Amino acid sequence: MTSSSMLAAIRDTLFDEMDRDERVVLFGEDVGQNGGVFRVTDGLLDKFGDGRVFDVPLAESAIAGAAVGLSIAGLVPIAEIQFGGFTMQAYHQIVGQLARMRYRSRGRFHCPVTIRAPYGGGVRTPELHADSVEAPYVHTPGLKVVVPSNAADAKGLLASAIRDPDPVLFFEPIPCYRTVSEVPDGEHLVPLGQAALVREPGDAVVITWGAMVPVVLAAADALAETRGATVGVVDLRTLSPLDIDMLVRVTEATGRVVVVHEAPLTAGVGAEVVATIQEQAFWSLQAPVARVAGYDVPSPAALVEDWVRPDVARVVAAVEGVLNA
Amino acid sequence: MTDVQASALETAGGCDPALAEQLMSDLCFSRRASERCWNLQRQGRMTLVAPLTGQEAAVCGVLRGLDLATDWVVPYYRELLGLGALGDDLFETVVAFWRGHPDGSRIPDGVRCLPPQIALGAQLPHAAGLAWGLQLREEPGIVVAFTGDGATSQGDFYEALNLAGTRRLPLVVVVINNGWAISTPSAHQTAAESFAAKGTAVGIPGVIVDGNDVLAVVDAARAARARAASGAGPTILELRTYRMGAHTTSDDPTRYVPPEELAAWAERDPITRFRAQLAAAGQWDEARQQAVDAAVEARLERIVDAALARPLDPSATLDHLQATRSTRLSSQRDELRERVSRA
Repeated sequence: MTSSSMLAAIRDTLFDEMDRDERVVLFGEDVGQNGGVFRVTDGLLDKFGDGRVFDVPLAESAIAGAAVGLSIAGLVPIAEIQFGGFTMQAYHQIVGQLARMRYRSRGRFHCPVTIRAPYGGGVRTPELHADSVEAPYVHTPGLKVVVPSNAADAKGLLASAIRDPDPVLFFEPIPCYRTVSEVPDGEHLVPLGQAALVREPGDAVVITWGAMVPVVLAAADALAETRGATVGVVDLRTLSPLDIDMLVRVTEATGRVVVVHEAPLTAGVGAEVVATIQEQAFWSLQAPVARVAGYDVPSPAALVEDWVRPDVARVVAAVEGVLNA
Repeated sequence: MTDVQASALETAGGCDPALAEQLMSDLCFSRRASERCWNLQRQGRMTLVAPLTGQEAAVCGVLRGLDLATDWVVPYYRELLGLGALGDDLFETVVAFWRGHPDGSRIPDGVRCLPPQIALGAQLPHAAGLAWGLQLREEPGIVVAFTGDGATSQGDFYEALNLAGTRRLPLVVVVINNGWAISTPSAHQTAAESFAAKGTAVGIPGVIVDGNDVLAVVDAARAARARAASGAGPTILELRTYRMGAHTTSDDPTRYVPPEELAAWAERDPITRFRAQLAAAGQWDEARQQAVDAAVEARLERIVDAALARPLDPSATLDHLQATRSTRLSSQRDELRERVSRA
């Protein structure tokens, strides 16, 4: 094990995977000489050269669309979209093209593409930089959607995403970039589609992902201290495909469930989680499943974002609600 | 940018006989395929058809200017009925596509062609990416992408060409200017002096060619291909032609096409014109035409019969989404298979 920030773990994994498979190419805006605006790709151009690492014109649709063509030529593209909110400018290429090339061509062509994008609030960015845009992509057949919350998972999930024969959106929560944790040395693969039980459930369980994981862990600590409650925590890690077995298991274990996400409440991924739980584990429920989410507005201006993103107090209140029901 | 040119072959007063026969066969095959598929749609045996009538020289000419052993074709949908040069298997797939068969987008193995594109302009970033891949892998082919004049208004047109220009990609973008984007005339698409001129903004040369002169199209495609293959970069080929009919079987062009304009273009029909060119050079006669027509009919009937006879398995509808199927999609597939088996 080695201590690493999530950012460094992602960078190291990019080095490892580009070393491992010479078909892997990496491109995006400012990913070359500048190493990306967060320095995630720092050093890749020096090591792998301008035949495998490229700065491209500032055009997200062309980035996603070119990844389709590069795939058909036999390469394994890793594309960076500078911020998750900017995937909106590539939306039709991601949803209308990349996601369905295998389906459209009935298996003749496929796109082993990983699109990486830093995303989410908490670091005082301007509009559109802070959006949590996972829901429409989870709704899209043909895409896998992955969100790590720590360095070890980032390593294992990114390696799996790059090796996956189909398109994966890899959303990197910006507030987790600098958090340091232990990372396994050598090859470490986390299968896509498997949630992590970060804390065993007892009285209740909170299901979450990304930058909300540390918020939920802090809420669970607070509830242990104030009322001696044992609150489990599930980090979904992969939002599509959902780990349905885990949702059912923790619901059956506690009967009291809260879902927490940063994106706006309405039709967020939390709605899918809740619907799945009521379909498959309804008779285990002791209380209505609660949701804590961003309010139904776009990501707001920096000075007010903390009022919109779920915080420890809102999560604590929601868990107390299901415990008291 | 160069202006409309007469064909070098035409001015030389003749044409390679093998090429002449091949082109005439391609053109007549495409014309008959549009007519036949239109009729099949009217009989309820196909779902929707976008005929190529009047534009055959633009598509067939480009294909015969390529090296089909190495080059890739990236189509949208109008030119599908002009892709006879890509072989019977591919063309049977095209007919199945217009029939509405899900495997109509399944390009046969070994054919260097992408599936039909419905979102206009979206195929161009794919073409640029594919050309980029060929360049990175040092493969010999080039990519030729087709688009209509309407889709040059899309952001993807500009984004793809801009990317292609920066990397000098082996790409030829063929803009088939047929005068109409459904009912919107070309004059309402842009204030640019031509569609070829749009290359100026991204540093790519544009060439305007009479798209109803099949020999001129072959020449221009060969030149653009040679440029792309040499590493000099992409070219826009604007082929000027006319859509001699409806946008699709769902369209009524009498609502917007001026009859006198249609009549004027009918005088410039690409097949009649090519036949006249060859006859004037002593290279064509009625016997040759009859032989081509007979071969075209036999080939088309064989292909259409196969496409209409293709079995349809609705339970395969949920296949090919991803290499592995999620548990949820697996249960949906089980449900569908069961419903199909009971139907």
